[in-house]
Amino acid sequence: MAEDKTVFSVCGMCSVRCPIMVETRGGNAAWIQGNPYSALKGALCARGAAGMALEYDSERPVTPLIRTGERGEGKWREATWDEALDYVAARLKNIMAEHGGRSVLWSDRGGPFADLHQAFVRGLGSPNYCNHDASCARNVQHAAQSVMGMGRKQVAYDLRNARHIVLQTRNILEAINVAECNGVMDALDNGCKLSVIDIRASVSASKADNFFMVRPGTDYAFNLAVINQLITRGLYDKEYVARHFHDFDELAAFTAPCTAAWAQEQTGVPAERIEALAAQLAEAAPSVIWHPGWMVARYDDSFYVCRTAYIINALLGSIGARGGLPLVNTPKDVGRKGLNKLAALMPKPEEKRADGVGWRHPQFDAGPGLVNLAYDAIATADPYAVKAYICYRHDPLMAMPDPEALKRKWEGLDLLVSVTFSWSDTAWHSDVVLPLSPYLSRESIIAGKAGLKPQFFVRKRAMQPTADTRADWEILCGLASRLTDVCPAMKHLAFTRIEDIWDYQLRDTGVSIGDFDAKGFVELTDTPLYRTPESFPTASGKLEMVSAKWAKADIHTLKPYTAPAAPPQGAFRIAFGRVGVHTQGHTVNNPLLHEQMPENVAWIHTSRAEQLGICTGDMIEVAPAGAPRNPAGRMKAFVTDCVHPEALFMVHGFGHRLPVESRARGCGVADHELMPGGLERYDTSGGGLSLQEHFVVISKAEQDGGAA
Amino acid sequence: MSRYRLKLNKKRCIHCKACEVHCKAKNNTPAGIKLGVHTSSEPVMVDGVPRMKAAYQCCYHCETPECVDVCPTGAMIRRESDGIVYVDQETCIGCEACIDACPWHIPVFNAATATVLKCDFCMDRVDEGKLPACVTACTTHALSFTRK
Repeated sequence: MAEDKTVFSVCGMCSVRCPIMVETRGGNAAWIQGNPYSALKGALCARGAAGMALEYDSERPVTPLIRTGERGEGKWREATWDEALDYVAARLKNIMAEHGGRSVLWSDRGGPFADLHQAFVRGLGSPNYCNHDASCARNVQHAAQSVMGMGRKQVAYDLRNARHIVLQTRNILEAINVAECNGVMDALDNGCKLSVIDIRASVSASKADNFFMVRPGTDYAFNLAVINQLITRGLYDKEYVARHFHDFDELAAFTAPCTAAWAQEQTGVPAERIEALAAQLAEAAPSVIWHPGWMVARYDDSFYVCRTAYIINALLGSIGARGGLPLVNTPKDVGRKGLNKLAALMPKPEEKRADGVGWRHPQFDAGPGLVNLAYDAIATADPYAVKAYICYRHDPLMAMPDPEALKRKWEGLDLLVSVTFSWSDTAWHSDVVLPLSPYLSRESIIAGKAGLKPQFFVRKRAMQPTADTRADWEILCGLASRLTDVCPAMKHLAFTRIEDIWDYQLRDTGVSIGDFDAKGFVELTDTPLYRTPESFPTASGKLEMVSAKWAKADIHTLKPYTAPAAPPQGAFRIAFGRVGVHTQGHTVNNPLLHEQMPENVAWIHTSRAEQLGICTGDMIEVAPAGAPRNPAGRMKAFVTDCVHPEALFMVHGFGHRLPVESRARGCGVADHELMPGGLERYDTSGGGLSLQEHFVVISKAEQDGGAA
Repeated sequence: MSRYRLKLNKKRCIHCKACEVHCKAKNNTPAGIKLGVHTSSEPVMVDGVPRMKAAYQCCYHCETPECVDVCPTGAMIRRESDGIVYVDQETCIGCEACIDACPWHIPVFNAATATVLKCDFCMDRVDEGKLPACVTACTTHALSFTRK
């Protein structure tokens, strides 16, 4: 019997990667809490609490699988790890022999451990590393780059010290980064004001001092009016603007017509409330956070919503300020050496990206590209053939709109591999499933986290796998060792011990792996460091209202406002969001979290529901407005005054159909199935998909059956 | 009452249900059974801002618990040292008299074991100097557990 122990590790139930402490009994995880030495002080959300239910659940891929039937048919043969890795390596070699290393596409969901993935993709000789961000934060990332010349993560959110926080479609208290939630609640306890701009009342909104239920798709008008208010009433930080703005006058001229009265017409929010908000913000400046958003793949102009959020912060002097958006520090900023990157072991890819990012689309960030455009390359072989695709912890068939259209694009693939710890629509559609150990039974490479106090942290294996699954590094290094004959650089990644990876990463950093034993993470400085910005890494060295980089792509970043289309007669604009007990689709079948919330419901405004004769609890059918006879499924109605009448809101991630998920199957509706043509609808300025530019119709369902 | 007080600071509560799930994970309770129950109201507009109500109910650990009085086997026990009321699983016969006797019907019948389950403030943790699971890991530290 294994000895009882306490292991510091990192949660894997969502993208936040909160630090955790796991107690084991008899070799198995018995209790998980937030790391008591971290800012979490022991706290952990419901999803984190359900980690053991994931580990001990048999309704996940528990052995390597190789497809024997048609894609998506669910016919598999079980394979040993040697067989599965040999098979994938052989298929990759065949494809690369004919089409080159560039014909392999990779996607993941980003995060702190992506260095290993990037190293692997480079080792193949492919430039086509992608993450999921086209369906998430690309618009805000590009907005940050267009205004500040640096990515969104180069600034922190100093929530705890803020005096006014504005959340615009940023449901911070239901997306739940535990440290952030505590930062917000501590700030509110200390008298910080909270303003929420959204199309429905989330939990975040339930804590607000000011709630603005805007007409869906009009956030840009709202923000332009706030800028107008700050400028015309002289409420902005004149010294900061003089020092850091490249082209303030152009902003002032551009926003001059955007009065609060004009915004009232667009948004439905009374002009005096917008005026009052501007005054409150000025009072709290510079300790203001107008959150620029995270999941911003929503509207055709979401990039401009995010841009104006950064501009408002800048006008208030909060970019770089305590209680605002201070600059993060890298190890270098505090006089330390950063981790050695695994990707640095590999030659830099010389090919152009298949998604066109960096050359066809020069304004976009070439790091993770735009995976939706890479899918076009699969379908068209333009600019070149893409024949193999590895999805790592990523389920594009649920994360991207219009899954049937996506499957048609993928018909051009000769190999589709899923590396996953849970069943997903993409895994089910794959040629090979390589089952990843859940986070409690795998370790990860060391990660670095920039911040006011930069740190290194590491995920340790709290217990041995309960099924025939493997850690990420075991899978990728196992493939690397099989590919060294055709990809010589892969010999650098053919590690057989995690300790050797950790040693390489930590070399010359002054930190050893034993230093993580005390707390699970190593801080590189004792006190938070607030740096005053001197310049910004834009072309002008200043904050750019008109981005020079975007101008080169013929995009003028002071874009005139265009009002969103009204829903067709009788239709609703689709809207989606988060809930605290689920992480999109991958927790819906978790026994403990399914028990918390087995299905999603459709939020419908009382006035619209009355017209349709729908009451809370009624079963309704939801269909795309253009295909009313083709409903995505049935769900229950939730009739409320807390959603805008034009919108129909649902939590994302439901409507599972896989027979291997007995709990989740048939519960609720999948919003992404209600977006026909959605893969082609994206913000060409910001790169994000426009997932809320779609309309749906509803009807009361016959009472003869349950959920479809 | 027991010597402890478990309290929810509603202002800090974000309705995330971590309390319930931590309880279930720690006590390994079967599907459908919750020893701590968090209740959230649907949001309603109050003077232009949405508001939600929150409550958390586990067991009140009464000074003179009626569940203890009616238990025919002595399985429902009030620990004199600190007033924690708990069920001895070995002697419980699952008659459910305690459920009827409790003014709030807090004990729950576990069909899998044919016994009754009830919040015991995680007394194994309390005896180790720790806090109940729901309090320890409450996402925003809205729950507190104090010794009177």
